[in-house]
Amino acid sequence: MSRRPYVRKVNRSWWLGQRRYVAYMIRELTSVFVGLYCGLLVLGLVRLAQGHAAWDGFLAALSSPVGVLFQVVCLAFAAYHSVTWFALTPKAMPLEVRGEPVPPGAIIGMHYGAWAVVSLIVLIAAGI
Amino acid sequence: MVRSNKPILWLPFAAGGLVAALIIPVLILITGILMPVGIVPLPYEKVAAFAHNPLGKLILFGVVAFPAWHAAHRLRMTAHDLGLGGGVAIKVICYGSAWVLIAATVAALIMV
Repeated sequence: MSRRPYVRKVNRSWWLGQRRYVAYMIRELTSVFVGLYCGLLVLGLVRLAQGHAAWDGFLAALSSPVGVLFQVVCLAFAAYHSVTWFALTPKAMPLEVRGEPVPPGAIIGMHYGAWAVVSLIVLIAAGI
Repeated sequence: MVRSNKPILWLPFAAGGLVAALIIPVLILITGILMPVGIVPLPYEKVAAFAHNPLGKLILFGVVAFPAWHAAHRLRMTAHDLGLGGGVAIKVICYGSAWVLIAATVAALIMV
């Protein structure tokens, strides 16, 4: 028996009509830049494994105008991902303390706090 | 009954979303702005020492693997939203690239 599920045709521009749908698509688009930057990190690790000269070449590429521009674009999308991800945490992960629901603002606030702490630790570890 | 594989896909997705949200922006700030202007030089000896350390390897693996999986899963879902889902090709492209990145990370961390 062959299984042939019905696939409804989707209009590919359905999300262009409404602001909230566009915002949703931009939020989803952040994953492209998170993925691309992960690729850049992996490239960096490979260059690191190849030795001193390869690493210095990698740093030079990161510092080139194209490298900086690419990363600034990635940073904008990554920050948008952080903000939207924190905003949905009370809905995705509702918390209760002693039977009382934790207010959404407190859950979001804790995530921003964690963001600040992690960023500070990474900056100090990187030697700022 | 067919068991759903959704939790297996979803848990690293959620973990990746959180890891990406917490750590990727500051990493881009360092490699894309602070390093190029010379505030954080990222010398080879220092970064290599971090990658030699077992805890450092674990951190580097987590920082790459989880967000990569997150991005792959999210891209696949967005492709579905755009009417491109359903086929095997999207799955192979999305999860395949995540696995390539994860494998390359493991290889680099072993060789470094």
